[in-house]
Amino acid sequence: MAKVTIDGITIEVADGTTILNAARAIGKEVAPPTMCYYSKLKTSGGYCRTCLVEVSKGSEKDPRPMPKLVASCRTTVMDGMEVKNTTSPKVLEARKGVVEFLLANHPLDCPICDQAGECHLQDLSYEHGSAKTRYEFERRTFDKINIGEKIQLHMTRCILCYRCVKTAEQITDGRVHGVLNRGDVSEISTYIEQAIDNDFSGNVIDVCPVGALTDKTFRFKSRVWYTKPMDAHRNCENEKCSGKVVLWYKGEEVLRVTGRKDQWGEVEEFICNTCRFDKKKTSDWTIEGPREIDHSSVISANHYARTLVKPNEFKLNEVNPITE
Amino acid sequence: MQLTNRSKVVVKKEMSWAEKLYLPAIFGGMAITFKHMFKKPATVKYPEETREVSQVYRGVHVLKRDEQGRENCTACGLCAVSCPAEAITMEAAERKKGEEHLYREEKYAAKYEINMLRCIFCGLCEEACPKDAIYLTDRIIDSKYTRSGFIYGKDKLVEGVAPEERVDISKRKKKYEFS
Repeated sequence: MAKVTIDGITIEVADGTTILNAARAIGKEVAPPTMCYYSKLKTSGGYCRTCLVEVSKGSEKDPRPMPKLVASCRTTVMDGMEVKNTTSPKVLEARKGVVEFLLANHPLDCPICDQAGECHLQDLSYEHGSAKTRYEFERRTFDKINIGEKIQLHMTRCILCYRCVKTAEQITDGRVHGVLNRGDVSEISTYIEQAIDNDFSGNVIDVCPVGALTDKTFRFKSRVWYTKPMDAHRNCENEKCSGKVVLWYKGEEVLRVTGRKDQWGEVEEFICNTCRFDKKKTSDWTIEGPREIDHSSVISANHYARTLVKPNEFKLNEVNPITE
Repeated sequence: MQLTNRSKVVVKKEMSWAEKLYLPAIFGGMAITFKHMFKKPATVKYPEETREVSQVYRGVHVLKRDEQGRENCTACGLCAVSCPAEAITMEAAERKKGEEHLYREEKYAAKYEINMLRCIFCGLCEEACPKDAIYLTDRIIDSKYTRSGFIYGKDKLVEGVAPEERVDISKRKKKYEFS
């Protein structure tokens, strides 16, 4: 066991835990944001640098601070380690720089992007980015590639987090897409434009932190904040699929089906393509109830499900008459 | 029971002989009436004359087109989500090939409706718009005797392509320009 202090809060975690997971064990307030790390995918993390933290004390035995900021998703804790996340101005400055780099080539087409409202890059830049860009050059563009009937790829929006590649590698069998080329021109692509037709390929939509991979069956149907999420499940024939999903309703109509995302924006269980793309009728599902959405999210905007005064507590006629 | 101190007790006493004539009261009333004939009228003869409105008057909305006549609106839904009266609804559609001269971006509003009975003309839609698409103008809604016809669709909201059909919003735009 190792004792680690993050932003002044001490927690004991198992040896070999990363700083990020230790911070997540404490809670949302100290957990660094992540764009590429995904707890459900092995070897993910280490690309985006948004989870940089300052280690002000290496360990009990060697109390020297680490000379540079470290990626918390790839650095394991040591006994007695002291970590600064939001309390370190160095980290906040570095994170601002990282956001600027991520946005350097990211098109600002949020008004037409289907991911807007549940986009991690949007959240990150609102919290850590500056309002203006200093980038004066043409943003990079790519030739449009059709990667199948169900999934839409917008390569210009990609931030190269590699999450979808890891998903294709670990969740589906025999991946057909990966990252081509290097550096500035590297891109996610299916080699020789092969269509993705794996049973679990739809999960790349859920793992994508930006709008690079979106659901083609949901394309331009509605903004996410006009849809109402409901938890639902069905007995899926596919034994690897849990069948536990979120149905996004607009009126009576199911516009899209996604996996259930936890507080870190990661799906709890991966679902198969049949559940995701083909079962869009209420009769296919057993509805569990409305999905709890964080009240700071735009998805919960204008949903008046909760009332402050419960109707049975407030009855106008039963107010006691003034006796004096 | 007395609730406030503002109530007046009415006294009904016998009128005097001069008061019973009513003539002084009638002439007093007429004097006030005739005095107003020489004053500047407070009203305007509406359809022929219109009152001058403020530069930032918030009247009926317009959906703008760009210089090439393409619709600016991309149905991003920010106006509707910012609308406190929930008066705006829209449906998006994807731009087809050959429609590039009609819509500026790959998504456009196939249906865009503002319920003018719900709208409170607060102008938040205008402030929320990231695409310079919606503006409030100095025009007012035509009055009607029935409630039907107050849901304005794209046919009423989008300005025309021809230069004389464009709606001038340059004065309003100035409000948002920062020094």
